[in-house]
Amino acid sequence: MKELTLETMIAVFEEIFGTLLFWAMVAAAIAITLAFLWVLLRDRGLESRPLVWSAVLAPVGAVAAVWFVQWVTASGLADLGGPIDWIVLLAIAVAGGGGLMLLCYTAQALIRGRRAG
Amino acid sequence: MARFDELAASRRRFLALAAGGMLAGAAGAGAPAVAQVSTRARIVIVGAGAGGTAIANRLAGRLDGAEVTIVDGRREHWYQPGFTLIAAGLKPAPYAVSTTAEWLPRGVRWVEDWAAEIDPEAKTVVTQGGTRLDYDWLIVASGLSLDWAGVEGFSLDMVGENGIGAHYASPGHAARTWAALDRFTGRGGTALIQRPATEMKCAGAPLKLAFLADDRARRKGTRASSRIIYAAPQQALFSVPIVAEKVRMLFGERGIETHLQHTLRSIDETRRIATFDTPEGPKELGWDFINIIPPQRAPEVVRNSPLPWADRWTDQGWIEVSQTTLRHARYPEVFGIGDICGVPKGKTAASAKWHVPVVEDHLVAAIQGREGTAVFNGYTSCPLITRIGRAMLVEFDYNNNLTPSFPGIIAPLEELWISWLMKEIALKPTYNAMLRGKA
Repeated sequence: MKELTLETMIAVFEEIFGTLLFWAMVAAAIAITLAFLWVLLRDRGLESRPLVWSAVLAPVGAVAAVWFVQWVTASGLADLGGPIDWIVLLAIAVAGGGGLMLLCYTAQALIRGRRAG
Repeated sequence: MARFDELAASRRRFLALAAGGMLAGAAGAGAPAVAQVSTRARIVIVGAGAGGTAIANRLAGRLDGAEVTIVDGRREHWYQPGFTLIAAGLKPAPYAVSTTAEWLPRGVRWVEDWAAEIDPEAKTVVTQGGTRLDYDWLIVASGLSLDWAGVEGFSLDMVGENGIGAHYASPGHAARTWAALDRFTGRGGTALIQRPATEMKCAGAPLKLAFLADDRARRKGTRASSRIIYAAPQQALFSVPIVAEKVRMLFGERGIETHLQHTLRSIDETRRIATFDTPEGPKELGWDFINIIPPQRAPEVVRNSPLPWADRWTDQGWIEVSQTTLRHARYPEVFGIGDICGVPKGKTAASAKWHVPVVEDHLVAAIQGREGTAVFNGYTSCPLITRIGRAMLVEFDYNNNLTPSFPGIIAPLEELWISWLMKEIALKPTYNAMLRGKA
């Protein structure tokens, strides 16, 4: 690869998902992150009950993310060949688990609204 | 070391850019990186394949007022790196098919006809339909011709029957090759996978097909009753010695037999016998599956022009360009992109991707009356699939040096899942981004 620039990466991601879907996903990720930060500021910290529930769901997100990538690419766990493969697998799992956790926590916090007192 | 520093710097620049924020990137995406150049130059591009389409898009963004004409009679655009995936049953034929029109930029004139004559003395291209195109600058991106008549007894209508495959011919032929390979791997027998004596596009493709045939047979439980033979005219499995050794080791592990110095001369469809020329004389091998990759040459329009080398590849007709600037040695207003270039390496889309900015740099500089600075180092890349789910990322240059894009992260000669993921997820989008002039 001659040059790996942010512009190239964005062009490639636009091709993978389609321009609209890619930017919609970026917007959704930013919106969820901003919403999470907002409830964090509003509640002045993490609330334990939604945190527990979202933590319970994290492994589901992790497994789902790995399963999805392997389904899309017609591959499986037996294809992992070197350390970088395990790091990639872990990164996919963390992204899936972390993403679902963040989404779940934020959704619960928004639905519950601000706790009195 | 210089290369490593360059790449490390490139990675740091990328990380810095990423850290700089998505918003800045979003605002800048798609904008030309450098200022437009005003010119009335007439530029003709022969061929709307990967290289021709990519340079047309680059020039459309870079030049203001130029008259850019692209000549190609093919309405379909074929994503050729997908052909091996189709032939192995991993993708359907439409995966590799789009239209020529959808990739061409506004402001570039498409002459939907085949170039019939190139006259670099008069600076004209004439099409089969008789349209005459005068140029100031010519970019030859014609690709190459598959010489099917170079294998006696074979014709393309045989593909898909009697165990015959020819996955280079088209997406449809690749799908019919899979039909034949699917039957073979379901029953077992002998598979012959070969390559020609000439230069060829993607020298890794027949190796991949051998690995995939092996994998398919293993998954179907017929490997014990199968012989898979890889036959090549050369004395090694790959032109880069370190890669050749790795492939030799993997073929040994997988039980793929190697017949070197074997050049396919003819096939007998009814007896299912292939005849190879070898140093010991003609040799017959039977098949239950055979994949035919024929000799490859410059298209007739180029061979009949004064553009090819006079003393190199005389039977093949690649054009005489500088191997660093891709500018013609005798006609400085002519450049080459892609398979047609008479350079020691690089008949792959990955090389064409690198040819494009080099030719753009030298062409625009020449229009401005100065010298360009970009250099092509022979970069060629091949995600060499070794089984479904794993590939080796093989990248090298003119000097047979490995040139890994991710040194220390993705090992070049290791069978890795990440290399497979890149092939599956990112390769076609990267190719498409290249067509649009964005990668």
